[in-house]
Amino acid sequence: MKLEGKRLIWNEYQKEIADDNYFYVRSCVRQNFFPAAEKTFLRYMKEFGKNVFENPSHTTCSGIGYHSDIVPIETAMTMVARQFALMTESGYENFVTSCITSFGLYTEILDTWHHFPEIEEKIRVHLRNATGREFVKPKNLAHASDVTFKLRKEISKAGKYRLVNQNTGEPIRVVEHIGCHYSRMFPSKGVGGAEYPYVLVGMIEEWGGEVIDYPERRHCCGFGFRQYLIKANRGYSISASKKKFESMKPYKPELILTNCPGCPMFLDRWQYTISEMEGITYGEKGQGIPVLTYEELAGLILGYDPWDLGLQVHQVPVEPLLDKIGIPYDPERKFLDKDENSIGKPKSPSFLKFY
Amino acid sequence: MGALFEKLRQDIRFVEGLKACLNCGTCTAICPAAEFYNYQPRKLVDILQTRDDEKIEELLKSDTIWYCGECMSCVTRCPRNNAPGLLITALRSLSQEMGYFVESEKGRQQLAIKRTVGHWILKYGYCLYPSQITPENHPEQGPVWEWEFQNLEKVMERLGANYQKAGPGVLRAIPQEDLDEIKKIFDETGGTSRFEKIESFSRQKAEEMGIQLDDSLQNDYIKHIYTAVNKDHTTES
Repeated sequence: MKLEGKRLIWNEYQKEIADDNYFYVRSCVRQNFFPAAEKTFLRYMKEFGKNVFENPSHTTCSGIGYHSDIVPIETAMTMVARQFALMTESGYENFVTSCITSFGLYTEILDTWHHFPEIEEKIRVHLRNATGREFVKPKNLAHASDVTFKLRKEISKAGKYRLVNQNTGEPIRVVEHIGCHYSRMFPSKGVGGAEYPYVLVGMIEEWGGEVIDYPERRHCCGFGFRQYLIKANRGYSISASKKKFESMKPYKPELILTNCPGCPMFLDRWQYTISEMEGITYGEKGQGIPVLTYEELAGLILGYDPWDLGLQVHQVPVEPLLDKIGIPYDPERKFLDKDENSIGKPKSPSFLKFY
Repeated sequence: MGALFEKLRQDIRFVEGLKACLNCGTCTAICPAAEFYNYQPRKLVDILQTRDDEKIEELLKSDTIWYCGECMSCVTRCPRNNAPGLLITALRSLSQEMGYFVESEKGRQQLAIKRTVGHWILKYGYCLYPSQITPENHPEQGPVWEWEFQNLEKVMERLGANYQKAGPGVLRAIPQEDLDEIKKIFDETGGTSRFEKIESFSRQKAEEMGIQLDDSLQNDYIKHIYTAVNKDHTTES
């Protein structure tokens, strides 16, 4: 298919994303593994003059519990209804979530309530009985990447860096990984749909990089909820990621950009595990392929300090990418605490080049 | 139509997930679980279409329904708008309600998920909590996580988290009154009942298997279900 044809299809899936005044709910996985990514999102939103509100009373949506099947659907629906009630009570109507599992769950629940209004009524009664709260459904539901996508041109304009190799002038070669629950069930709710998701592609193209296609581009990272949570099942999880790495390797990607909070953790950690198990690495010269969240990449483009972005808690070092783009960093500060004191350093892996 | 099929039809996900399957196998072709496990969503849907309670009971007691990763890739691709991934959620719910989940190796794992993720939701207000993600149980997290785990408060502070503190922010301490609301939601909507059933059926099974199980996370039964792979679950291809 000609590129123009693809763009036409993408244009059919341009979702509406609110301009301002967002009620923000956090991600369990992102808070645990990439805490600075959420801080970074709030930082650039503030810098671009956007109002983002967080109600400290919000909790998990229970999505990981729901998709590992210990949490019944009515419980998950009522947990989500409580988040909507907090939004309503806080005076907001644009709901933004940091998590793809949550985004998928919110989307699925709103769709079910749309088709089965009697279920929505039942959940309203449950919420009232349990908490005394009432809610209005969001006017606009977005993932935080949708909002970042909407700001991509402004980020580019304000940016200090481009996704370009400073030595060769060539664009950085990027593979993107969209996260299953972003648009697989409801393609019209994601930018670009399920076939040609454009939310990350739009950022990469706008910021100067080259998007690399590869055969297993749309394959799951392998989270699979119970397939990772239980040690005995993790063969499923690592196999799925390995299939992707083997498939992308011939295309020599220099960066993996991710949408879902879980995917960067798996695509980062499984590179380490595969290197320990089989001595295989997927980057250049014994290095891995750096994996970033979209918030972290936006922060790099805007010139934020890499260690303020939390890139030190990635198992696959990001320095090769920083060197290519020409982003300065102080290796001596990488593992210091807030007051610049030493708290030791991680051990070096057996094969994956780390120091 | 049998009693089990009728129970499945009461689950909205079953209603939404099963229209009329033409057995084309597209779901199996796209399924990450089918690539790894001895699992075919096409066959599963075919069994459900028979409405045969004997076959459905066999399914509910089998490892088969626990192989899916709920990625929902099948939903995008089905030419008849079926959703095998949603049918799996309905089957797993019924298997736990009936106590059938303890009859399979993969099903028995539900107790370990309940005692980790389930416990953390109610205790902390998060599905995952960093102090509980131990390097021992998560060697795949690697040396960076090990370093982070050993210096959790300082690393979280460096990364701008509000770990275990009041107010907004990453990993903030969620106020007790909000945690109380979550518990009330679980009581009201069947979440607590689901947890009690997972515990109760697991205790019976542990006794039957002669494996020690107490209230902690450190007992022989939990260790067993968390790590045991006593048969080949993988696909032959």
